[in-house]
Amino acid sequence: MRPGDTSLPDTQKSSSGSAGLRLFGLVYKEALQIIRDPSSIAIAFVLPIILLLLFGYGVSLDAKHVPLGLVIEAPSPKTSDFAAALSHSEYFNVIRLPDRNKAITAMLSGRINGIIVLRSDFARKLYSASGAPIQAIINGTDANTARIISGYVQGAWQTWLIHYNLDHGQSITAPVSVEQRMWFNADIRSRNFLIPGLIAIIMTLIGTLLTALVVAREWERGTMEALLVTPVRIDEILLGKLIPYFVLGMGGMTIATVMAVWVFGVPFRGSVLALIGVSSLFMLAALGMGLLISTLARSQFVAGQVAIIIAFLPAFILSGFIFDIASMPGLVQLLTHIIPARYFVAALQSLFLAGTLWQVLLSNSIALAIMALVFLGVTRMRTSKALE
Amino acid sequence: MWRRIWALIIKEFFVIWNDRRSRAVIIVPPLIQLMVFGYAATFDVSHIATAIYNEDGGAAATTLVSSFSGSPAFNVLYHLDAQRQIAEKIDSRAVSLVIHIGPTFSRNLLSGRPATIQAIVDGRESNTALIILGYVNQIVETFDQRWSLKTHQPLPPAQLVTRYWFNPNLQSRWFIIPGIVALLTMVVTIVVTALTIAREREVGTFEQLLVTPFSPLEILVGKSVPALAIGISEGTFIILAAVLWFHVPLRGNVGLLYGGLLLYILAVIGIGLMVSSLARTQQQAMLGAFLFVVPAVILSGFATPISNMPHFIQAITLANPMRYFLVIVRGLFLEDLPASVVIAQLWPMAIIATLTLSGASWLFRHRTT
Repeated sequence: MRPGDTSLPDTQKSSSGSAGLRLFGLVYKEALQIIRDPSSIAIAFVLPIILLLLFGYGVSLDAKHVPLGLVIEAPSPKTSDFAAALSHSEYFNVIRLPDRNKAITAMLSGRINGIIVLRSDFARKLYSASGAPIQAIINGTDANTARIISGYVQGAWQTWLIHYNLDHGQSITAPVSVEQRMWFNADIRSRNFLIPGLIAIIMTLIGTLLTALVVAREWERGTMEALLVTPVRIDEILLGKLIPYFVLGMGGMTIATVMAVWVFGVPFRGSVLALIGVSSLFMLAALGMGLLISTLARSQFVAGQVAIIIAFLPAFILSGFIFDIASMPGLVQLLTHIIPARYFVAALQSLFLAGTLWQVLLSNSIALAIMALVFLGVTRMRTSKALE
Repeated sequence: MWRRIWALIIKEFFVIWNDRRSRAVIIVPPLIQLMVFGYAATFDVSHIATAIYNEDGGAAATTLVSSFSGSPAFNVLYHLDAQRQIAEKIDSRAVSLVIHIGPTFSRNLLSGRPATIQAIVDGRESNTALIILGYVNQIVETFDQRWSLKTHQPLPPAQLVTRYWFNPNLQSRWFIIPGIVALLTMVVTIVVTALTIAREREVGTFEQLLVTPFSPLEILVGKSVPALAIGISEGTFIILAAVLWFHVPLRGNVGLLYGGLLLYILAVIGIGLMVSSLARTQQQAMLGAFLFVVPAVILSGFATPISNMPHFIQAITLANPMRYFLVIVRGLFLEDLPASVVIAQLWPMAIIATLTLSGASWLFRHRTT
C-alpha cells in the first residue's frame, strides 16, 4: 500500500536504460505518489486560494470609521461647526460623550480609540491672540493606528480652519505647502502593495511545505536506503523530487497571480516573462529549503516542526512585506539577506506596481539564484554523505 | 487512575524531550525569534533614504533643506541636479523619498504667494510611504510656524494639541512585543500537539493505547498536560524577556494575565489535538497545523487591526483564540485593562477550549484509520 514501493520496479527497469529514462521513472514515481496522497495537491492549489482570499481581505492598514469620542464642555454654534467637520469625515464614527471622565472610561474599555475635547472656554478663546486649544487624546497602544488616526484628526482640523477663515473673510494660507506624489500607487490602496507581498509569503509556505516531508518520509520508511542501493544517481533522485513539486508550485503561483489581478484588482505593470523567471528562481530556492530541512531532519516529526518555525514566521516578519527593513537594526537587516522571501517581495512589488525594472529584478534574481544553489548544493552534499 | 495518567504524562514528556532535535526545536527557534522579531517587527520608520532636488538657490530653500538633513528621521543621501534623476533613484529603490523644490520657491515665499514643494514617495510600500509623508508635513509645518512668526503673519484661530496615552512616544515595539507572547506561545504549543496523535496513528501505537484501560478523557489529559507545561513556560519566558530585556511596562494584574494565558493555551491545545486526531498521516497533520496557524496569526490583529477588516472576516476572527488573548496581553501590559474587559475576553476562549478539547477526545475513538 505504501506509495513509495512503486519506486522498485521503475528503478529496476531504468537500470538498463539511459539516464533520461531513469529520471523519467523517478519523476513518474513521485507524480504517482502525489496523486495518491491528495494533500500535496491541496497544498499547491487549494492553499493559495484560501490564503489569498483570507489575507487579501483580512490584511488592511486602511483605517475607516474609527470610533472617536467627542466631549464638548460648553456647546455653542462655534463648537457645533467643529463637531460637524469631524462627523463629515468618513474616517470617523463620532460618539458624543458628556464629560472627560466618561470618555476616559470608554477609551479604557476599548469602545473608542481617541477623545477630542473642546473646553468650556473654546468659543471665547477663538477670538484671542493665543488661539483656542483643541485637545486630542489618542490611544497610543497600537502606534501605527494612532499615527494614522492623528493624521485624520489633523485633516479634519485643517478642513475646519479653511471653512472658518472663509466665513470670516480672512485668507490665512500656510506659507509653504507640500504637494504629495505617491508613485506607483497613486490612490494609496494598501492592498496594492500588500497582495504582491502576500503572494511571496504564501509561495514560501507552499514551496517549503511541499518538499519538507518528502525526503524525511523516505528515510523514515526505509525506502531511501532502497533507492540508494539502486544504480540511480543522487542528482537523479533529487531532480526526481524537485521536478514534480516545481510544476505543482508554479501552478500555485499562476493561481495566485491570476487572483491578484482579477479578484483584487492589483495592477500588473511588468512583463509576464520576467515574472515567470523570478518565480522559477524563487520556487527553486523555497523547494531547496524544504528539501534541505527534510534531508537534515530525517524524521517527519522534526521536519514538520522546523518547517513551521523556519518557513512562515521569518517570511512574515523579516521579508519587508509589512515591516520596513530599512528601519530594523543593522544586525537584523543583515539577517534578512538569508530570507528568500525578501528578494521575492521586492521583485514582485516592482513587477506588479512599477513595471519591469531591471535594476531591481537583476539583483534580486541573482540573490535568489545563489540561495537556490546553496540550498540544493548542501542538500546534495548531505545526501551523498549518507550513502557512505 | 491518577497514577495511570501520570505515567502517560511522563511518557509524553519523554517523547518530546528524549529526541535531541525535537527538544532543540522547542527551545532554540523561539529564543532566536523573540530576539529577532522583537527588534525587527516595528512600524516606526527612521533613516528614510532621501534625495533632494533643489532648483532654488535662495536662503529660505537652504533653510528648508537643512531642516530635512538635520532631522534623524531622514537620511539625505543624494542631491540631484536633473529632473530625470528623480525617476532613476526611486525606480531602483535607492531612495524612498525625493523632495523637489522648484525654481520659483523663494520668490513666491518672499512675495507672500503660496510656495509649494513636491514630495515624491515610493508607493510600492504604501504604509511606509504614508508615514514618510506624515514626517515631511511635520517638518514643513514647523518651518511654516517659524516663518509666520518671523514675518508677523496671524496664527490660526485654534490649535490642535495631540497627546498619546499609554505609549506617549508611539513606540510600536511596545505594541508588537506583547503580541509576540501570544504568537510564539501558540506556535510552540501547536508544534508540540499537532503531530503527536498523527504520529502514533502512523506508527500504530495509538491503537495500542486505545485498547489499554485508558479512557479518552485520560488520554486527553495525558496529551494536554505536557503541552500545557511547555506552553506556560514558553509564555513566562517571553513575558520576562519583554519586561526585563525590552523594558515594556507591565501595568496590569499578573494574575489576570496568567488566567488568560492558561485558557489561551488550552484552546490552542484543543485545536492542535483535533487536527492531530483528524489527520491520517503526519503530513496531513502538519498541513492542518499550518492551515490553522497562518490565518490565526494574520486574522488576530497581531500586525493589522481587526477593525480594518471587512465584516465577514471580522466574524471569522471570533473563532480565533489569539484574537482574545492579544487584547488581554496588550491591554495588561500597556493600559492596566479593567478586569471586566479581561473577563469579556476570557469566556470566548473558555468556550473554544471546551469545544475543541471535547471534540478531540471524541475523535480519539470515533476516527478510525
